Amino acid sequence: MTNVDIVNLSRRGFLKGVFSTGALVLGVRLLPGSAWAADQLPLAGATVDSTVFHPGLFLGINPDGTVIIVAHRSEMGTGIRTSLPRVVADELDADWSRVRIQQAIGDPRYGEQNTDGSRSVRYFFDTMREAGATGRMMLIAAAAKRWKVSPEQCTTTLHAVVHSATGRKLGYGQLASAAAKMPVPNKDALKFKSSSQWRYIGKKFVSYDLAGICTGKPLYGGDVKVDGMVYASVEHPPVLGGKVKSHEDRDALKVRGVHKTVLIPPFKPPYAFQALGGVAVIANSTWAAFEGRKKLKVAWDDGPNASYNSPAYRKELEETARRPGRVVRSEGDVEAVFSKGGRIIEAGYYAPHLAHAATEPPVAVAHYHNGKVTAWAPVQNPQAVQEAVAGELGIKKEDVICHVTMLGCAFGRKSKPDFVVEAALLSKALGRPVKVAWTREDDIKFDYYHAVAAMYLKAAVGQDGMPAAWLQRSVFPSLMATFNPNQDYGSSLELSMGWNDIPFAVPNLQIENGRAIAHVRIGWLRSVANVYHAFAVQSFVDELAHAAGRDPVDYQLALNGPARILNLGIKDYWNYGSPYSKYPIETGRLNRVLEMCANQAGWGKRKSGNGWGMGIAVHRSFTAYVATAVQVEVDHKGKVTIARADTVVDAGLVVSPEMVVQQFEGAAGFAAGIARTGEITATNGRIDQSNFNDYEVARFADAPYETRVTIVPSDAPPCGVGEPGVPPFIPAFYNAIFAATGKRLRELPLSKHNLAA
Amino acid sequence: MIQLRVNGVKRTFRGDPKMPLLWYLRDALDLTGTKYGCGAALCGACTVLQNDEAVRACVTPMSALNGARITTIEGLGRHGLHPVQRAWMRINVPQCGYCQAGQIMQAVALLKSKPKPSDEDIEHAMSGNICRCATYPRIRAAIKAAAGESV
Repeated sequence: MTNVDIVNLSRRGFLKGVFSTGALVLGVRLLPGSAWAADQLPLAGATVDSTVFHPGLFLGINPDGTVIIVAHRSEMGTGIRTSLPRVVADELDADWSRVRIQQAIGDPRYGEQNTDGSRSVRYFFDTMREAGATGRMMLIAAAAKRWKVSPEQCTTTLHAVVHSATGRKLGYGQLASAAAKMPVPNKDALKFKSSSQWRYIGKKFVSYDLAGICTGKPLYGGDVKVDGMVYASVEHPPVLGGKVKSHEDRDALKVRGVHKTVLIPPFKPPYAFQALGGVAVIANSTWAAFEGRKKLKVAWDDGPNASYNSPAYRKELEETARRPGRVVRSEGDVEAVFSKGGRIIEAGYYAPHLAHAATEPPVAVAHYHNGKVTAWAPVQNPQAVQEAVAGELGIKKEDVICHVTMLGCAFGRKSKPDFVVEAALLSKALGRPVKVAWTREDDIKFDYYHAVAAMYLKAAVGQDGMPAAWLQRSVFPSLMATFNPNQDYGSSLELSMGWNDIPFAVPNLQIENGRAIAHVRIGWLRSVANVYHAFAVQSFVDELAHAAGRDPVDYQLALNGPARILNLGIKDYWNYGSPYSKYPIETGRLNRVLEMCANQAGWGKRKSGNGWGMGIAVHRSFTAYVATAVQVEVDHKGKVTIARADTVVDAGLVVSPEMVVQQFEGAAGFAAGIARTGEITATNGRIDQSNFNDYEVARFADAPYETRVTIVPSDAPPCGVGEPGVPPFIPAFYNAIFAATGKRLRELPLSKHNLAA
Repeated sequence: MIQLRVNGVKRTFRGDPKMPLLWYLRDALDLTGTKYGCGAALCGACTVLQNDEAVRACVTPMSALNGARITTIEGLGRHGLHPVQRAWMRINVPQCGYCQAGQIMQAVALLKSKPKPSDEDIEHAMSGNICRCATYPRIRAAIKAAAGESV
């Protein structure tokens, strides 16, 4: 972030209950020059107003020495609620055992809060360092003043300022009140630790919430209970855009504990984050609400999306992929090369819809009172809650307070707060707090689905097997249909994800996208379009290598070409929200992780075939470079075991190596689930799957038995890590199956194929 | 009327006997460590101990629990952390953490019946517990670590 200013908030009357009197409290101002709201802070428990000031984080030190750091990103398992505060604590030289983390509510004054797109550290690493360094300098200034020495003669040790010459020492708590009266140093004057002085950054640490998780503390959305709260379960229109024609609730109301039913009106397009509409059953327990719903009789007017059938839609996508589409990147003249004849290799790939299936289904508590809403929910983007709830209820977004609980997984689902809107609507209708709990069936049937996609690739290869011309075309319904009902092509965001940014040194290159209309809600799911794009591209590279009779690693290294920075020349290229100058595409880094991964996995040491195989893939996404090698065993019945996965990641500077390793271990298992069984289909606009029996996700034995993750040491700017592990795993897995069996699979998931010998 | 013990405390239940234990724990007793994940015994997030056996609270009706002794994650460590909890923390298993109470309870039940489980025993016992963060290799390591600590 640029232009971050730190302001001293100590003398303003706020944060009651969080900081004691006399505390040093620093706000980070993201938009300089804005007015500061003197006594209103976007913190849990504080009132929020609509001033234009934009603090990114608050750091405070109480006179008892407790350091309070506000986590403004949502915790869904990446560890971000711990790792960003660790950065602050490091620059502050604070003792982590005396740090308390306070979760922020949603407020635009924090700046961007959408914990999505693997960007929290990318966006906020510098900001957090500045916050900590500012605090440290003010503490030093306060001590120097008391000792009547110059600040240059003072330094810090853990949680204390020391005067080196005399050995005098004052704890942060002792200095907090005095430091609060010190002027805030200019950003240019900030003194940072050198990386060799870091206590926490780059070192092993675990989640702030580890003990709470292991002892069952109430941390998640569904654990919230508010006085006078009732429970709601909503019967949604089975087809997107459907409406209630009529409903009969007599039997539902007979269920013990059921109070009443409430109609929720249908959304007005675009659906965005609005409630889907339907009939809510209100009861005195979650169970009674679920039971009442089973007795509802609702007749629906399905609307035009009832025409959506997956087999027909697939045929349409695949046909579109075989016809010329919209050109999104073009170099040289592919048609001229293709028309010369020679050796042409082509292949089509298909990947179905997926559901997020976060372990914790959508759940939210909301209380509408006096024209204001207070919500508690496991959401990735509390500011989107403010906007969506305010829009639905016709109130100001500043009048929506969103407390963020911990999230039981999210994968992108919980950046769409339709379920919080439902709770707010119902609370307004009922005049009391409401908890809306989705069943697993609701979650699977009413998701914002990962897009179904068809890809077509074609290459003209020379004598050496290398492509002289490369054409690729993808077709998928765009997630931008969420906001624009007329969206009928892929957005730049989706096309920049492993599609128009392929790094190959091929003289004639054409990349296209075909038209497709969405008939269900389309959303972004961990790694988004990279999932199907990397599957197609990295499978095709493997196919070309085998067709050339070359080693796939050597072939890919040659295809990626010499180490260079790509100049894509694409005007609307989306670099995951980061400037291209800071995060360019570097083929040298790509090739390095590939070589390291091959090395680590023992590539080429054991001959593939006879039911054992190793496959490999490499992919850049969310600005990180990741190579994965997968080893599979396929028995005579066609059962596939993943014996081991090796992943090498270059994610620039890493704040928390332990958590990054966990993310890549998890990504391997998550991707294995997608590749094995992930498939959502629709019949007459209705989703066919309903729960973990028919939408299977990776279980214990489905994940790799072992995943070895190596982080490339780097001081390049930090990259995304939550998502980039998923895309290369899937083609590496499929390439391994080819290596083991000789069967080339071009369709996800594996459960569609019979590998029995 | 159903009488049972939950985490050592005597309880009397007078509600709908069809109500699953999960909702009694969560909505009535505020023991929210036990999670809802599927409502159909497919994911294991709601795993608790009935006597010493792992059961899925989401499909265990209250009517089946007269005289039962239920232990939830909150009760597991009430006399200090259980060795399985300690192992979970040492191996740093959780990511989002939502399913981990169920995983821990399932592992506790496994180690009660098989103090030194093999890979196959672990795979078999844990196959009903889904972790969407896919922490499975660490779960295996933590179970082995806890077994080494002789539960």
